[in-house]
Amino acid sequence: MSGYLAGVLAQLAINIVIAYSVFLPAAAGLLNLGAAGFVLVGAYTAGGLTSRLGVPLVAAIPLAGLSAALIAFLVSFPILRTRGVYMVLATFAFAEIVGGILLNIPALGGAAGLSVSAYAGLPLVFAVTALVVGFVAWLLATRFGLAMRAVHDDENVALLFGTNLRLTQVLAFTAGGALGGIGGALLVHQFNFIDVQTTGVMFSIFVLLYVLMGGTQTAWGPIAGALFFTLVPEGLRRAAELSPSLKFLESSRYIVFGAGVVLVMMWRPEGLITRTLVERCYGLWRRNA
Amino acid sequence: MQTLQQLVNGLMLGGILAFVAVGFTLTIGMLNFLNFTIPALFMLAAMTMWALGTTGAHPFAAGMPWLAAAAIGIAVAVAASLLIERFTYRFMKAKYGDATEHALPLVSSLGFLLIFEHLVLTLWGSEPQRVELPLAQADLRIGGLIVGVPQLASLALAFILVALLSTLLARTRLGRALRAIAENPDAATLMGVEVNRIVPIVFILTGVLAALAGILYAASYRTVSPFIGDDVAADAIAGMVLGGLGNVWGAIVGGLLVGMVKVLAISWFGAEIEKIPVWGLLLLLLVVKPTGLFGHTRIGKGKF
Repeated sequence: MSGYLAGVLAQLAINIVIAYSVFLPAAAGLLNLGAAGFVLVGAYTAGGLTSRLGVPLVAAIPLAGLSAALIAFLVSFPILRTRGVYMVLATFAFAEIVGGILLNIPALGGAAGLSVSAYAGLPLVFAVTALVVGFVAWLLATRFGLAMRAVHDDENVALLFGTNLRLTQVLAFTAGGALGGIGGALLVHQFNFIDVQTTGVMFSIFVLLYVLMGGTQTAWGPIAGALFFTLVPEGLRRAAELSPSLKFLESSRYIVFGAGVVLVMMWRPEGLITRTLVERCYGLWRRNA
Repeated sequence: MQTLQQLVNGLMLGGILAFVAVGFTLTIGMLNFLNFTIPALFMLAAMTMWALGTTGAHPFAAGMPWLAAAAIGIAVAVAASLLIERFTYRFMKAKYGDATEHALPLVSSLGFLLIFEHLVLTLWGSEPQRVELPLAQADLRIGGLIVGVPQLASLALAFILVALLSTLLARTRLGRALRAIAENPDAATLMGVEVNRIVPIVFILTGVLAALAGILYAASYRTVSPFIGDDVAADAIAGMVLGGLGNVWGAIVGGLLVGMVKVLAISWFGAEIEKIPVWGLLLLLLVVKPTGLFGHTRIGKGKF
């Protein structure tokens, strides 16, 4: 496998993990624009552990997830006080503060960024991604997953039927934070470097963008969103390289990509993969089997 | 004296942020739509003005008088805003009754942000360009304080525009229609408000506000690039939330507050730390008062 393809696949896998970190709160009706915050916490925890304390990588990844989960749990209480747009911006403020604090810790590199020598190769990235996808699929199949779906569809009705609203939302937010931390740990060890600029203002916005574009109703949505977001610009770039008549795509591929986003949202406003679509496919498959 | 000068500088930055914050708060208050194309409109107007107003090798270099270039810049931003309305807000009507439905036009608006930023990038490149407006060098000295004329103009203009806007909303027939749509678009339609003809007006207003802010920004800071809108918009959003969503006077207060906090924090603690005070203040305020300083709970409630 060429290094180029391996790089794209690793990026895709990491994007899927980070997408699930935003998907879990979104599946419980919470829009989280603070993905960068949890990714940074995980990346700096894992990077600090492997590069400064010599902890092995396989131990650092779950520890990164744990630390991000702890922080997510603690901030979920003040953040859940806010609602709607205010919550979106409170999570965004959280991510900016995490970035601002890390920028001022010289022990972790400060503004120069953190370099690590441990390398997360493709097999490790894929294994962790598979575990994360499996975990989310399992979580959605449990009673708790049902509670998340109920809260996502209608908070008041869910409350009437005896769902513990606060508990469901806190747990969904915490689980999302953990996945963000794991994604960050993979990110820093795949590229052997991270700084606060890597996850700037636009990072969290784009993660939320491709999660919403994929659809928040089923666990397939984030995968579809991450596929679209990673492969379409990359594919356009390759097309520009391979064929001289598509040369213009080199500089303007993001215009085509942006237009693609707008068109997809017109065509499927609930996201690419909806519950109805999945059930229809399942029905077709059952009829044929 | 030093601090007082910084305070004045902060007010001047705040004047520009207030403009953008009013644009954000209008679309969110009226249409419950966080319009992420505002940074694109901001940048589009500034870049168009720069391109038309200078001579050189770049496309559309016309060497026009600055006022004409600025007017065309505003017109381009308004046209873009109307195009955006056609492809984002119109598609928000579908009611699926789930908690994230209102986030969907947000996604399309981010698509438009990408389109416009990269359109400008391919046309004019990513290099920051210098803008030399005739008035930009003019400074007033008031008792030892230096006050830039373009900044002063932007502050005054912001107040005048918002005063006009709140009169429009409170007193005219159009304002009443807009408030009815803000309350409930379906009920407004039943009462005979032509929602599809009124909503573009909000987008025209947003386009004008963002474009004016972009032009004043270019005049004050004398530089434009395809990504000038991003950071300004993030700060303006912070200002809007501080003031409370949907409240135009709140957006002005919030924008000025963010401008001052930002400038003072940089002068006291250095540029490394600039983000913590603004966003820390925002998070703290939201925890204490989840609706901002002057907001009410109805906007963005439950749904987004």
